[in-house]
Amino acid sequence: MNSTQTKREIRLLSGFGHLSLALWTIMILFPLVFAVLASFKSNTEIFIENPFGFPSNWDFASFGRAWTRASIGTYFINSVIVVVASTFGTMLLGSMAAYVLARYRFVGNRVVYYFFVAGLAFPVYVVLTPLYLVVDTLGLLNSHIGLTLVYIAYSLPFTVFFLAAFFKTLPNAVAEAALIDGASHTKLFFRVMLPMAKPGLVSITIFNIIGQWNQYVLPLALLPAEKDKWLLTQGIAAISTSAGYEADWAALFAALTIAIIPMIIMYAFFQRQIQSGLTAGAVK
Amino acid sequence: MRHGTYRFVIGFLLAPIVLYATFVFYPITQLVYVSMTNWTGLSPKFRFVGLDNFAKIWTDGLFWKAVQHHLFLLILLPLITIALALFFAFLLNMGGGTRGGVMTGVWGSKFYRVVFFLPQVLAVVIVGVIFSRVYGPDQTGVLNRLLIDVFGMDKPIGFMIDYGMWAILGALVWQAVGFYVVLFSAGMSSIPADLYEAAVLDGASRVVIFFRVTIPLLWETVQVAWVYLGILAFDAFALVMLLSIEQGGPDGATAVLPVLIYKQGIRESEYGYASALGVSLFLLTITFAVLALRTGRREAVEH
Repeated sequence: MNSTQTKREIRLLSGFGHLSLALWTIMILFPLVFAVLASFKSNTEIFIENPFGFPSNWDFASFGRAWTRASIGTYFINSVIVVVASTFGTMLLGSMAAYVLARYRFVGNRVVYYFFVAGLAFPVYVVLTPLYLVVDTLGLLNSHIGLTLVYIAYSLPFTVFFLAAFFKTLPNAVAEAALIDGASHTKLFFRVMLPMAKPGLVSITIFNIIGQWNQYVLPLALLPAEKDKWLLTQGIAAISTSAGYEADWAALFAALTIAIIPMIIMYAFFQRQIQSGLTAGAVK
Repeated sequence: MRHGTYRFVIGFLLAPIVLYATFVFYPITQLVYVSMTNWTGLSPKFRFVGLDNFAKIWTDGLFWKAVQHHLFLLILLPLITIALALFFAFLLNMGGGTRGGVMTGVWGSKFYRVVFFLPQVLAVVIVGVIFSRVYGPDQTGVLNRLLIDVFGMDKPIGFMIDYGMWAILGALVWQAVGFYVVLFSAGMSSIPADLYEAAVLDGASRVVIFFRVTIPLLWETVQVAWVYLGILAFDAFALVMLLSIEQGGPDGATAVLPVLIYKQGIRESEYGYASALGVSLFLLTITFAVLALRTGRREAVEH
């Protein structure tokens, strides 16, 4: 093939390519932009008069209604509390277990490691019923503490699996020097090893934050009764499924926007880390 | 090992093991036991019934519909998602011209990658709520409105009434593609440039390079993608709960096992039967995982 042919091929390919890339971009952005714009419109505007254009007037009142009357504010704060606590707990306990399993030889090390990793084979739906019964027996239904503990427990298998592999790659020399200098094992872990493992910790923290923030079936099953304890995903789902034509659609879309915007802002700032954090599991 | 070290090891492992054992391991052991009882939320008394629940599942039409839907997703979700993601990743990494002997992506490839990945950070619940408007059954639905106003279609399509699983599949693909574009892009950028240079010097076209060089070298990543998407095909919980008519309907047309487990186990308190459904779901996923890992072992090309 000569070079003019190659050039023509590239031009053709890039023409067709640009078209399909642009089309997919529109398909991704269109529904999101539609939802955000709809939060400023009236019901008739959303459904009949003007579903796709800019709102005739930018009415922010729907955000207030969503935040207070539809309790999105409460759900949002609940989600923040549970996710902050459970991600912190997951990272602390997960890195402790992974570190010991990766760097200390003791009887039963492999057994404990596989005990944790085996959890990866069980999707949460499989054990949903017995999990519900256990949480109920412990008196932890409808409790944020119970849900947080469950989040941590179900995040441990992947966190331990990923971080154990990471701790293994850290050099021995620094650790040995610290021990000779008289540092305790605990001090060595918190002062030396954790800071060295920072890149791995950042990836897996992002992975856990996004995973736990977006969790739906666990809060649905474990916080069934008291509405003021619900999390954001649960609250939005409930508003959406109960909404009819007479419902306050602008408030529903405002609620959606409130849920979407923080994620988009976070994504805009940490785009590279988020991409590598979420794909970390598939690469290793 | 010294005594102090053991104390340290146990101290670090104790809390994670207790949490994990209580909320993950113990429920797993309970699963099989509860699945062989007639335990319901109605009375504290229940007894061992052997495989009765599984016999009931075997004749439960809804269960078989759900299995069919998982098979439908298991085949089409990876196929469509991987094909689209490979195509986009190819354009973004080698669709542009050749600069200094190195192939580049098309113009704006950074922007596209950011936008395509975006749905991945959104909760499935949000995707579900947005798509419930996209698939609205009358002319107020976003897609119907577009088809009627722009493409002149004469009457609206009942997406969730007549094409429920296809609509669910569409939303799953919409959310998933970007993740695999990023994953495949990472794989493509780790392919050594001299391999491409050699192919270009031999006069191979882009398309030939894609099929003969890129895909074989990317095969392991594609396999990982296949397993991930396969596991996703056994989920679909949030989308079915939010999009479908009567959460799995109409008449079981969008039934999936996680929804059946949730409805039976949590809402109806049929603990025994729901646990048996859980065991069935586990057997299906583990069968898939084993098969995928076995048959996917086409020899990967080393580089």
